[in-house]
Amino acid sequence: MIRFIFLTLFARPLARFMTGADVIGAEHLPKTGPAIIAANHNSHVDTLLLLTMFPVRLLPRLRPAAAADYFLKGPLIGWFSRSIVGIVPVERSQAGSGADVLAPMREALARGDIVILFPEGTRGDASDEMGELKSGVARLANDVPLAPVIPVWIEGAGRVLPKGAHLPVPMNCTVLIGEPVPWTGERLGFMAALREALLALRAKAPPQHWS
Amino acid sequence: MTLPPSFAATPFNQIAPALFWGMAGVLVLLVLGTAAALLLPVLQPARDHTNLRQRMLSWWVMAALVGAALLLGWPATLGLFALISFMALREFLSLAPLRREDRLVVLLAYLVIPANYGLLAIDRYGIYLVFIPVWTFMFGPFILAMIGQTRAYLSTAAIFNWGLITCVYNIGFAAYLARTPLTQAPQAGGAGLVFFLLLATEANDVAQYVWGKLTGRHKITPKVSPNKTWEGFLGGWATTALLIWFVGPWFLPLRGWPLAVLAASMPVAGFAGDVTMSAVKRDLGVKDTSQTIPGHGGVLDRIDSLTFTAPLYFHLIIFFCFSKLPWP
Repeated sequence: MIRFIFLTLFARPLARFMTGADVIGAEHLPKTGPAIIAANHNSHVDTLLLLTMFPVRLLPRLRPAAAADYFLKGPLIGWFSRSIVGIVPVERSQAGSGADVLAPMREALARGDIVILFPEGTRGDASDEMGELKSGVARLANDVPLAPVIPVWIEGAGRVLPKGAHLPVPMNCTVLIGEPVPWTGERLGFMAALREALLALRAKAPPQHWS
Repeated sequence: MTLPPSFAATPFNQIAPALFWGMAGVLVLLVLGTAAALLLPVLQPARDHTNLRQRMLSWWVMAALVGAALLLGWPATLGLFALISFMALREFLSLAPLRREDRLVVLLAYLVIPANYGLLAIDRYGIYLVFIPVWTFMFGPFILAMIGQTRAYLSTAAIFNWGLITCVYNIGFAAYLARTPLTQAPQAGGAGLVFFLLLATEANDVAQYVWGKLTGRHKITPKVSPNKTWEGFLGGWATTALLIWFVGPWFLPLRGWPLAVLAASMPVAGFAGDVTMSAVKRDLGVKDTSQTIPGHGGVLDRIDSLTFTAPLYFHLIIFFCFSKLPWP
């Protein structure tokens, strides 16, 4: 309930004030869960935009994947991350150790939730280069064939609040949503197709980036 | 404590008759446009009329916001125009080629908006006149120099100054008209002056568009704005000039040849603002400055003509009518 009020009455007006919150391709948004949103990542503003671009009735279903080592490090930020943002924690430090770091996301998808994830794994520096994509999204697509993978390019958020900055500056951002990237049954080909889809969306974005 | 009369919202029995009938007229136009937007899909089911429907819905929202602000009095009008300036400047600075180092200067540029409108609110018109064109014009580039990034320094300084003049300074004139005392504009008060400025500017936009659609053949600026034609410009010019000449006397303290000067020059200024912003958008490689207003594009797309008509309208009225400035 607090989450719903916060997201509709505070986060939405905030997103509009800070970024204009333009959305192109809203018709590609999933109408229901389960679904995987795969977006580029330059700023905390990305999560704000992705949470506020959906119709209100899908708000309870939205679960941004977030690094447990960063977002659960204190009691206050932990409460905010879990109860307001509604994160699915990802234990980045456990990756490669044999532990199943994707399990919480798989469970969320099984419940019919829409999982928002950033395949770059961390925030970039808002340059035109997109980071290396981690293949966890391919494993999720394989494990949960019912969930479409929808590519989303966010232009401009890295200028509003770049990594390391504390003072946000209002600047227009545009969220571009593409058609689902079909799971091909083969990880490398799928990751290449996802990268292509994100770059194609970037090419359609207005020039809301540093010169 | 009683508020000075100009601070209070207009009681409904004190709305100037011209303003009341003007708003009623806009309401009729909105109803007719909406009827067309609803009927066309029935008459021509093959074509997509989504854009017209969105456009009309947005016109309702814009008319309601402006109408409410005008009826609430000049502080509300200043507030609304400050918000419009902010959204337009945000769109412009977000699309223009700024450098990573300019991020905090963007924040400072936004702070010019409350200062600009604050000077109007406390009636420091003389300082307002020079605040952006002299003081931010000088100190903005100075701050940019202190950042220490010399790549594209000159064009960056030009971007900030151009954005502040068009989106903030020029739009301030439109808002300040709302402050005109009733003694100086007895026809329909300051709110009436603002209302007629917006009516004439938007009517000119629509008239040039419609004349161009119906009769346009000879392109007027093929490279900058290929949809603009001589037929659209001249048809729009005549329509707007007649509107100002025949309807203007209900709102304006102008008569005779000064009114003729206003009627003849306003449509040209509207066209100039439109084409100038088109050149900016073409240079930036975008069609619209944002998607904030469904069916129209960005706030800056909607007020492009106003950035030229507002100062012209303001200064012609001052020049011809007010023997001394109407503000204390």
